[in-house]
Amino acid sequence: MRRKLAVFLIITVCFLLQSTLFQSLSFASISPNLLIVVTSSFGFMRGRKEGMWIGFFSGLLLDIFFGSVIGFYALIYAYIGYVNGFFRKRFFPDDIKLPLILIAASDLSYNILVYLFLFFLRKRFEIGYYFLNIMLPELVYTILVTIALYFIILKINNKLEETEKRRASKFV
Amino acid sequence: MKRRTRRSIPTKYTLLAVTVLCVLVMFVSFTMNISGGPLNTVAGYIFVPMQNGINKVGSWIVSRADDLASLRNVQQKNKELQAKVDKLTQELNTIKLEQYELDNLRELMELDQKYPSYEKVAARVIGNDGGNWFSTFLIDKGEKDGIEKDMNVIAGSGLVGIVIDTGPNYAKVRSIIDDASNVSGMALSTADRCIITGNLVSMNKERVIGFSDLKCDDNAVVTGEQIVTSHISDKYLEGILIGYVNTIERNSNNLTYSGTIIPAVDFQHLQEVLVIKDKKKTPSD
Repeated sequence: MRRKLAVFLIITVCFLLQSTLFQSLSFASISPNLLIVVTSSFGFMRGRKEGMWIGFFSGLLLDIFFGSVIGFYALIYAYIGYVNGFFRKRFFPDDIKLPLILIAASDLSYNILVYLFLFFLRKRFEIGYYFLNIMLPELVYTILVTIALYFIILKINNKLEETEKRRASKFV
Repeated sequence: MKRRTRRSIPTKYTLLAVTVLCVLVMFVSFTMNISGGPLNTVAGYIFVPMQNGINKVGSWIVSRADDLASLRNVQQKNKELQAKVDKLTQELNTIKLEQYELDNLRELMELDQKYPSYEKVAARVIGNDGGNWFSTFLIDKGEKDGIEKDMNVIAGSGLVGIVIDTGPNYAKVRSIIDDASNVSGMALSTADRCIITGNLVSMNKERVIGFSDLKCDDNAVVTGEQIVTSHISDKYLEGILIGYVNTIERNSNNLTYSGTIIPAVDFQHLQEVLVIKDKKKTPSD
C-alpha cells in the first residue's frame, strides 16, 4: 500500500513536471521524458512485473491527456518497463553506468517506436532529420535529468524496501 | 520473509493480457471514435487542479521576473508605441470611412453581416504534450463550461486549433501546427481553396507549416497573401485567419500550387486562448 502510494506520487509529480515546468524549460522546443526514467528505473530496480505496471499506468496517463487513441502509449511504456525488468539481476545501486545506459536505450526505443507508428506510417520518411532533431536532443536532455532524478527514485525505493523488510520481519 | 499465500500468475501472462487489453482498447477507441469516458473524468479531477496550481505559481514567477527585466525597456517601448498609435489612428480613420462605405453598400445589397460575432470563452493553457512529437495542449475549461468536441480555438485573431476531446474540467486541443492536423483553407482575396497541413519538420526548421493542392490562376496568390479557413470545411468556421503565405511554388503537375504558411499565432508563447462556442453547422447535424 505504502509502495503503491509512493509510486503513484512519483508518477504524478513527473507527469505534472513534464507537462508544465519542463515544457517551459525546454531547449529548442525539446523537453525531457521523465516518465520513461521512472518506468525504466523501477523496471530494473524492482523487476519485470512492477516495471510493466508502472509503465502501463504512466502511459495510460499520457494517453488520456495527450494521446489520440487510448492504449498506445500504455502499451509502449508497459513493454519498456517489462524489458527493463530483465536487468534486475545485473543491477547494483552504486553503479550508475547500467541505469544510464538502460534509460538511454529505453528513451531511444520509445522515440523510435513513436516515430515508426505515428510518423513513418503517415509517409514522413525523413528519419535522419527526426533522429538528429527530436530523438537525439531528447535523449541528451533526458540523460541530464536522469542523473538527478535517478538518485531520488533510488533513495525512495531504498527507503521503501527498508520499511518493507522491517515490517516483514516483525511477522516472522 | 514474506510468505506467499497463493501462487501468482507468471509475469509474461500478465504482459500478454495487458497487450491484448491495450490493443483492444486502441481498436475500440479508434473505430468508435471515443476516448477516455470515465477515465477522463477521474483523471481530470485528480490532475487538472494540480496543473492549474503549477501554472499559477509558474506564471507568477515569470511575471515577477518579467517585471524587473522589462522596466528598462518600457520607457523606450512607450515612445515607439506612441508613434505607432499615431500612425495606426490615422489608418483607423481611413478604415472607418471605408467600413462606413461598406456598411452602406451592404445595406443596399441587403446582405447579412458576413461574420457574425461568435460567442467565445477565454481559457488558459495548463499543459503541453509531454513528448516532443505532437502539439496538443490542455486548457482549463471543459464540459462544465460548455466546451464540446470540434469547437474552434483562436488566439488574438488567428486560428490555434480545434478541441478534440473534453473532460469535465479540461479540454484537449490539437493545434494547427500539429503534425497530424489538416485544415481546409482558402486564399482571402481569390477564395482559392487549399489544404493546410501541420508539419513537425518545417515547424522546427523555419516556424512555418505547409499548404498544398491550391488551385489558382497564374500568380493569383503571392507571398504575403492571407490564408483563412474555407467555407467547405465541416469543422472550422469560415474566415478565421490561419496565416500568411511564406513561399509558393507550382507543383510538377502544373495544376496546383503548394508552399508554406507562417501561422498568425505565436505558438511558442501561447498562454490564453479563446474557444468559439458556436460550432459549424453541417447538413448531417
